[in-house]
Amino acid sequence: MERSMAYESDLNLKATELRLGLPGSDEPEKPSTTPSVRSNKRASPETSEESWSKSSSSVSNVENCERDGTPPAKAQVVGWPPIRSYRKNYFQEKKNDQVDGAGMYVKVSVDGAPFLRKIDLKVYKSYPELLKALEDMFKLTIGEYSEKEGCNGSEFAPTYEDKDGDWMLVGDVPWDMFICSCKRLRIMKGSEARGFGC
Amino acid sequence: MNYFPDEVLEHIFDFVTSQRDRNSVSQVCKPWYKIESSCRQKVFVGNCYAISPERVIERFPGLKSIFLKGKPHFADFNLVPHDWGGFVYPWIEAFARNNVGLEELKLKRMIISDECLELISRSFPNFKSLVLVSCEGFTTDGLAAIASNCRFLRELDLQENDVEDHRGHWLSCIPDTCTSLVSLNFACLKGDVNLAALERLVARSPNLRSLRLNHAVPLDILQKILMRAPHLVDLGVGSYVHDPDSETYNKLVTAIRRCKSVKSLSGFLDVAPHCLSAFHLICPRLTSLNLSYAPGIHGTELVKLIRHCRKLQRLWILDCIGDEGLEVVASTCKDLQEIRVFPSDPFVGNAAVTEVGLVALSRGCPKLQSILYFCQQMTNAALITVAKNCPNFTRFRLCILDPTKPDAVTNQPLDEGFGAIVHSCKGLRRLSMSGQLTDQVFLYIGMYAEQLEMLSIAFAGDTDKGMQYLLNGCKKLRKLEIRDCPFGNAALLMDVGKYETMRSLWMSSCEITLGGCKSLAKKMPRLNVEIINDNDQMEVSADDRQKVEKMYLYRTLAGQRKDAPEFVWTL
Repeated sequence: MERSMAYESDLNLKATELRLGLPGSDEPEKPSTTPSVRSNKRASPETSEESWSKSSSSVSNVENCERDGTPPAKAQVVGWPPIRSYRKNYFQEKKNDQVDGAGMYVKVSVDGAPFLRKIDLKVYKSYPELLKALEDMFKLTIGEYSEKEGCNGSEFAPTYEDKDGDWMLVGDVPWDMFICSCKRLRIMKGSEARGFGC
Repeated sequence: MNYFPDEVLEHIFDFVTSQRDRNSVSQVCKPWYKIESSCRQKVFVGNCYAISPERVIERFPGLKSIFLKGKPHFADFNLVPHDWGGFVYPWIEAFARNNVGLEELKLKRMIISDECLELISRSFPNFKSLVLVSCEGFTTDGLAAIASNCRFLRELDLQENDVEDHRGHWLSCIPDTCTSLVSLNFACLKGDVNLAALERLVARSPNLRSLRLNHAVPLDILQKILMRAPHLVDLGVGSYVHDPDSETYNKLVTAIRRCKSVKSLSGFLDVAPHCLSAFHLICPRLTSLNLSYAPGIHGTELVKLIRHCRKLQRLWILDCIGDEGLEVVASTCKDLQEIRVFPSDPFVGNAAVTEVGLVALSRGCPKLQSILYFCQQMTNAALITVAKNCPNFTRFRLCILDPTKPDAVTNQPLDEGFGAIVHSCKGLRRLSMSGQLTDQVFLYIGMYAEQLEMLSIAFAGDTDKGMQYLLNGCKKLRKLEIRDCPFGNAALLMDVGKYETMRSLWMSSCEITLGGCKSLAKKMPRLNVEIINDNDQMEVSADDRQKVEKMYLYRTLAGQRKDAPEFVWTL
């Protein structure tokens, strides 16, 4: 044991060790930073707050990338990108209307069921697909959807609440129009839907 | 010319319409100054705090039309607290008191209250035109006052205002006797309007040429309106939720076919389904198209629409058009002069266009003069190519979503690219830059941008030299706005006289200190040097060495303003 250690110090492995950094400097290699960190004169908005202690109001939500070596979360820089607040608010509202990021989830209630479910309308491309999915989800039959007869003598009638708050029968309007205006679904019992054309 | 009687000179001056030219005329000699001032009807005040309303009234007794601007430009991006200022009330009150025969009022970035709107409606019997751009402080009740009392109302144009909507009765307030309406734009209102009143209004307005609806106007009403107003030149569609198999849709197609004069199209705030074939009939005549608020139109439908627009001169679009879509624009719209590409999703931080789209546009559209481009990345090579292809740019604004991103290919700063732009575009008046930029780019701008009037910079430069190059070079600079750049007192104080030749300077998150600002204010009594101290960062007895977070200075003949809120200090 002692012999190998002495051997190692004779070789002075440290001096010949290949590493980045000036010869003679003993500092450990810095953890890699993201490409957005470049010249040390100008800190990008994503980097640590240290160089921005006096200007911290322009940056919020910054994570210090040098501490843990992982790329920082995208910082929310105030006033960037330079878009008028009217436009920003407009698009924010449009986003909120759509709910849940990429999906378009709406609540589905079935008369007599103890709890509601949620489905993503964006997943379906047409009424037959949607109705099939509802049948599978709730283990019931809504029946064949047809242009002329709507729900063909089944136990249940699919209805939806539209943007105006009215309850409508599923199937009357084009699919695209339907998914834009549907706020929630309710599968009504046939007995309640009598005289409704079902 | 000196031997002509005044009336003749007046008549000649009537032909001089631009404010700049009229300013030049008034500086020729004293008699010309007097005559020009006495007969000028249209006045533009670029900074409402630069001069007092009384002084304007005194100089221009024939004042009929005024355009006022209030808050600094960066207020658009939430950098200025809401109650910073820009109140129009003192102006209206002064006009009313002095019996100014006001007919037209245009405001940008100002605060206007319902009381003020009511005062306007009662004080100026010939009031004809109200144009509000990016304003706030009012509700639909104020609009109702204008609607009710302005008997000769010709124009009500609301662009991107923050209006508190108390629901739609304001439109019904326009009396049945009012038949003079030429232009109505309420696209930015969020609430419902009385649809029957809207129909009746259109029916009794034979001069109506411009109509922009909000999202609450459904398709069947649009169809009826178009039937009654086939002479429309500018149309803003509100909601376009339609059923292509319906009777209403067929009627709409017929109505559109009758509108042979529509040159400008916008809106489409709600679209379902995505098909816009009804509008393909209008496209060949369009010179202006704004789909920047229509995220519902994308992909192939969008491209299909554009392919029909061969005469387009102005296009505002979302970046979901993509680089390929921009290639279609480039090959179709040979007359294009202005294009704006906005990000569809400003929050996610990803834009769908890159330098490829920009280069395509420059290749296909040689008449391009004005561009605003939000993109994912840029390269020096692309900018150099664009500069070569389009030397006629007067306005060039590039916003890379990651503001300090270097050349996407070489990883170099974008100094050379922007340098090429300013070198090639000799008529460049407005420039906004982004991306990684060093002092070098400012050297180029100072050297070449001789006509530059407005410059916006963010996260750029290395040392005070950058700003010094600018102040030394750009002789025509009027507005300079800087954020997050390492420019300090040495740059700020290098040429204090320069600021009197400019309208304003904005500096935020830079290296200037309270001491530097105080020194500047002391040397230049005809500048208002304002420190905006929101978030209570500084105390009254603050150390002069402390950095100033937000400074806005502007030349003024009106002295320190009296309506500054607590958090604004005028030094």
